[in-house]
Amino acid sequence: MENKNIVDYVANLARVEVSPEEKAYLGGQLSKILEYIEALKQADVSGVEPLRGMHLDQGLTRQDAAEVSPHRRNILANAPAKEENSFKIPKVIE
Amino acid sequence: MDKLSDLSAAMISQAIKEKKLDAAVVYDFFRQRAKQLNPRLNSLVEIYDSPVPAQGESGLAGVPIVIKDNICIEGRKITCASRILDSHTAVYDATVITRLKNAGLKILGTANMDEFAFGSSTENSCYGPVKNPWNIERVPGGSSGGSAAAVASRQVPLALGSDTGGSIRQPAGLCGVVGFKPTYGRVSRYGLIAFGSSLDQIGTFTRDFTDCAHLLNIICGHDSLDSTSSQIAVPDFTKSLGQDLAGLRIGLPREYFGEGLDPQVRSAVTEAIEVFKSKGARIVDISLPHTKYAVAVYYIAASSEASSNLQRFDGVKYGLRAKTNNMIDLHKLSRGQGFGPEAKRRIFLGTYSLSSGYYDAYYLRALKVRRLIKTDFDKAFKEVDVILTPTAPAEAFKFGEKTADPLSMYLSDIYTISANLAGLPAVSFPCGFTKNNLPIGGQLIGKEFDEAALIRLGAAYQSQTEWHMKMPALP
Repeated sequence: MENKNIVDYVANLARVEVSPEEKAYLGGQLSKILEYIEALKQADVSGVEPLRGMHLDQGLTRQDAAEVSPHRRNILANAPAKEENSFKIPKVIE
Repeated sequence: MDKLSDLSAAMISQAIKEKKLDAAVVYDFFRQRAKQLNPRLNSLVEIYDSPVPAQGESGLAGVPIVIKDNICIEGRKITCASRILDSHTAVYDATVITRLKNAGLKILGTANMDEFAFGSSTENSCYGPVKNPWNIERVPGGSSGGSAAAVASRQVPLALGSDTGGSIRQPAGLCGVVGFKPTYGRVSRYGLIAFGSSLDQIGTFTRDFTDCAHLLNIICGHDSLDSTSSQIAVPDFTKSLGQDLAGLRIGLPREYFGEGLDPQVRSAVTEAIEVFKSKGARIVDISLPHTKYAVAVYYIAASSEASSNLQRFDGVKYGLRAKTNNMIDLHKLSRGQGFGPEAKRRIFLGTYSLSSGYYDAYYLRALKVRRLIKTDFDKAFKEVDVILTPTAPAEAFKFGEKTADPLSMYLSDIYTISANLAGLPAVSFPCGFTKNNLPIGGQLIGKEFDEAALIRLGAAYQSQTEWHMKMPALP
């Protein structure tokens, strides 16, 4: 993929607006990083299981019980816009 | 009694217990010192007029501590040094904060950092860069540069940071303090704003290993609020202090002493080997053959996890919201305005690696190589008890030196990243100075859940050396 296209492609997927100036340097930087990462192709990974993280198999669970959040008022106090007990956003359905 | 800033945290706590010092006087002393030095260092985001209320006893009760600004303290501002979170108030305590409060520590403020912990120099902060106390024209390392600089300059005796690829150890190395990243799962991540969830670990900044052992005693342990938190029993780490090293085998991985390592750093770590030997340790040459892939694996894995974790900053529930009447534009513009350049690079790299058509070639392949890196360590730890390496390839660099070339910045974490990929405990300790009078750090990597061995080695080393007593010249 071309540098400029990489930025347009991922910026849209990631929902991040980028200015023309940012596009100009991000494309070159990303392709340089991706070029470095190409080195991984030399590693022999046949038959190797991916390692996603540590201790994922310890099967820890806790009681699935509903609790009243004590933080509702504080959580809403951080909202950029709210109405009564809800976050407020622009109209989604026309 | 010596000047308060010269005392270790354990000594201050002991003096408070013996009523030789008053906790309020101690707090005020460090608050004044922090305020006085902060315009020069920019290490702290906030300095509290009075400590966060805390009641409890421990080996560090009454001692002031600063917290990296990505760990939640209820009712206080938390920013991750990002514009997107500016003016956000934490609505609950991280588990480590609850533990510090219950141990009677006095939280004095929050430490500056790279935005969302993305960086190795603390130049990526919306509050401006942190200065290295040893030379204010140099970076302190990162991303926990504020925590490292605060402890090195003795603004405060203790700090917490977080380490995803070296973010505690690399700044500790470049600032000349002890920076400890425990085993993945040892410390609860509840209340740490997530960067790379399979890599993140909260850890400590102290000047010596005694304070380090006490602080780890307080923050380590199981927490049901973090499903990756380990249930393995936590030993009393202070029992590892004052031991000799008879029978301990230290591995030197040849891949960590090759091309790209500054000769001054090499010779300081080589001298440290002699100190360990003099205390009874045996040296074994080892190989970790997949080390050359660590940086590439890390930037795929960590950025992928980051791009997913940072989706929550969408302008809806908290943080910055751009003015628009369209919902998709609200997400895009809020994120575009709120995230800095490095956050965007990581989000884009991660999004690319996880996107349809690239997932197998990048993300999945990286996780397979991650397994190979972990297997290297598993094999090595059959022959040795700990591994000794440099913390960083060179001394603290100058501001702006690596900002235009992100890849060169990423490579400054080349020796610290593997411990995160393999989930292992690791610590950076001061082991010398360059001819520019800048600190050099050595790194010890331990077996899973064997933090005790690292403390045993570190404490034995500090009993024979004085690097950790040196202090930067400050006004």
